[in-house]
Amino acid sequence: MRELLLCPPDHYSIEYEINPWMSRARGADTPLVQAQWKRLYETLSSLDTKVHLIPPQPKLPDMVFTANAGLTVGRRFIPSNFRHQERSAEAKFFADWMEQHGYEVVWLPSDLYFEGEGDALFGGDALFCGYKFRTDINAHRAVADLLGCLVVSVELVDPRFYHIDTCFCPLPDGGAMWFPGAFDEYGQRAIRDRLQNLIDVPEDEAAGFCCNAVVLEKDVVLPDGAKTVAAGLRDRGYTCHKLPMSEFLKAGGACKCLTMHMPQREKAC
Amino acid sequence: MFSETVELRGHIIDSLILPKVLDEILTRGAGFKIAEIKVGQNRVDQSYARIEVSASSEETLAEMLLRLRQHGAEVIERADVQLAPAPADGVFPENFYVTTNQQTFVQIAGKEVSVESPMIDSAIAVSADKRSARSVKFYDIHEGDIVVVGQQGIRVEPVQRDTDRTSIFQFNATVSAEMPKTATIREVAREMQRVRQRKGKILVVAGPSLVHTGAGDHLEKLISLGFVQRLFTGNGLAVYDIESALYGTSLGVNLKGGALVEAGHENHMHAINRIRQAGGIQAAVDQKIVTRGIMHACVRQGVDIVLSGSIRDDGPIPGVTTDALEAQRIMRDKLRDLTLVLMMGSMLHSLAVANMVPPSVKIVCVDIDPRAVARLTSRQTFRAVGLVTDIEPFLRELTQQLEHPDATSSGVSAS
Repeated sequence: MRELLLCPPDHYSIEYEINPWMSRARGADTPLVQAQWKRLYETLSSLDTKVHLIPPQPKLPDMVFTANAGLTVGRRFIPSNFRHQERSAEAKFFADWMEQHGYEVVWLPSDLYFEGEGDALFGGDALFCGYKFRTDINAHRAVADLLGCLVVSVELVDPRFYHIDTCFCPLPDGGAMWFPGAFDEYGQRAIRDRLQNLIDVPEDEAAGFCCNAVVLEKDVVLPDGAKTVAAGLRDRGYTCHKLPMSEFLKAGGACKCLTMHMPQREKAC
Repeated sequence: MFSETVELRGHIIDSLILPKVLDEILTRGAGFKIAEIKVGQNRVDQSYARIEVSASSEETLAEMLLRLRQHGAEVIERADVQLAPAPADGVFPENFYVTTNQQTFVQIAGKEVSVESPMIDSAIAVSADKRSARSVKFYDIHEGDIVVVGQQGIRVEPVQRDTDRTSIFQFNATVSAEMPKTATIREVAREMQRVRQRKGKILVVAGPSLVHTGAGDHLEKLISLGFVQRLFTGNGLAVYDIESALYGTSLGVNLKGGALVEAGHENHMHAINRIRQAGGIQAAVDQKIVTRGIMHACVRQGVDIVLSGSIRDDGPIPGVTTDALEAQRIMRDKLRDLTLVLMMGSMLHSLAVANMVPPSVKIVCVDIDPRAVARLTSRQTFRAVGLVTDIEPFLRELTQQLEHPDATSSGVSAS
């Protein structure tokens, strides 16, 4: 049974602006936040998973986005070194929690920015890592050293898609859905070189964060509104669970940002 | 040029980070040299590349490094050079750095110092105050002098390719015996005119075959026209030139008719004796014993003549330096401020010059032996042009071009 980590949105709100989606003038609707998160929690719980909850902390509104907490492979947890001061205090809470739950916590050197699963997704035989906006490419090398796996580093070029999980979603059949425009030409080529059956996402659907999806075998939990992508996924035998995510999109996050795999893979390679 | 060395590590091949970094360098108008590359053998093995990046301005380099850092390139902190004292006069310390003929910089106490008089196959001596460095030969070094050892803290900056697209020097081209030479000779003539206009200095390095082939008159003309500031040669050329001035023969062969003159082989010995009696070339010209020829033109035009001797010399005539090291030292001193070198039919003197000439100097090498041309031009990357031909037709056409730059050339046939 797959295990996932979520964080209830009790303290979630737009309190600062660290990506192009965030605007303090456009706050989140609290009842709607609760309703949308609850639906995600229930959907994921219904898909043969064990969903863990980490206690939310006051003054850490983005702790709800657990994907950015770190990267878990087997029983090892690599906590994030957040680029922005606003989020850096989250790391200790996540590391402590993981340690209490029996995971070996392995920190990267503190001068390397790394934002966990947000910028590190396994696809095919490689770990695809995004860099520039949040994660440093040198952190990729440290992760590769730690895990002993092939890390394909791709540069993110569109600030709207500041983490790789906002524009790239590997699928268990060895393919992925992605928005190519979020990567430079070298990144696009590197991804095409390693993954087949890519589903190219049109820009309007990418902007609705359809790539920010939680994939559980044949089930894909994604924000609603992505008609083309949903049809493509269905054609390949996936079941789409489309959820309203409007309140989290205001912070530049959706289903995947709200979810961390424990672990993302049992073995790195 | 400004340069730094960066390192890239990781899955730089699978991620296409290496080609991306190299493309980025080129599209920003900078250059690179991959100093080292290690490609991971297995899928999960990481790769490594050490790249020397160079740009025309400090700002371009800084901007580019900033961008390259985003792709994971780490700038290597340049260390100071390692120094050791010379253990004895004329002996370098163990593991001394052997120079190339390229402009070289050494880092001393965090500051980069340009090595004076770059010269191939030398060592680098650092001044006692450690503020300057120069390339030195064995005979320049004394016990206790500080010498650079190892490879650390040394940067070599190759001379840039000539940006003028029409420059004949930019590809180290050699015009073989089978190829037409007129266009190249015209360019050489233009280059010599440019040098003269800019008050640069032209050195001619020539061997005795120049006189034997009857090209002496052309060189004499070139000197009279003011296109030669220095002449490096040996005893032979001077002797045969004076022989021809006095007797009309070169090693006994009549230079006009080409026939061997009776008892002509003695002429060069008589010529040597006349010069020895007069007290030297200058004196012989002053006394009007020698009234024509290359040596005469040199004295009249104030051309600096360096005559270095060899073991087979007859005489020699006064003024020939017979101590090879002393000759090397004199030649080296007179190579510092040159603009262009014309090497013609003299393998040994030309090799000595090619080994000692600063990297910025352009070289035109003319020899009938293609191997000699190849050896001589290979020393001066992007700065040399070679012509495989007899010297006489080359010099004839060059002199015509310089005398009458706009006249249509009659062409030079291959030898």
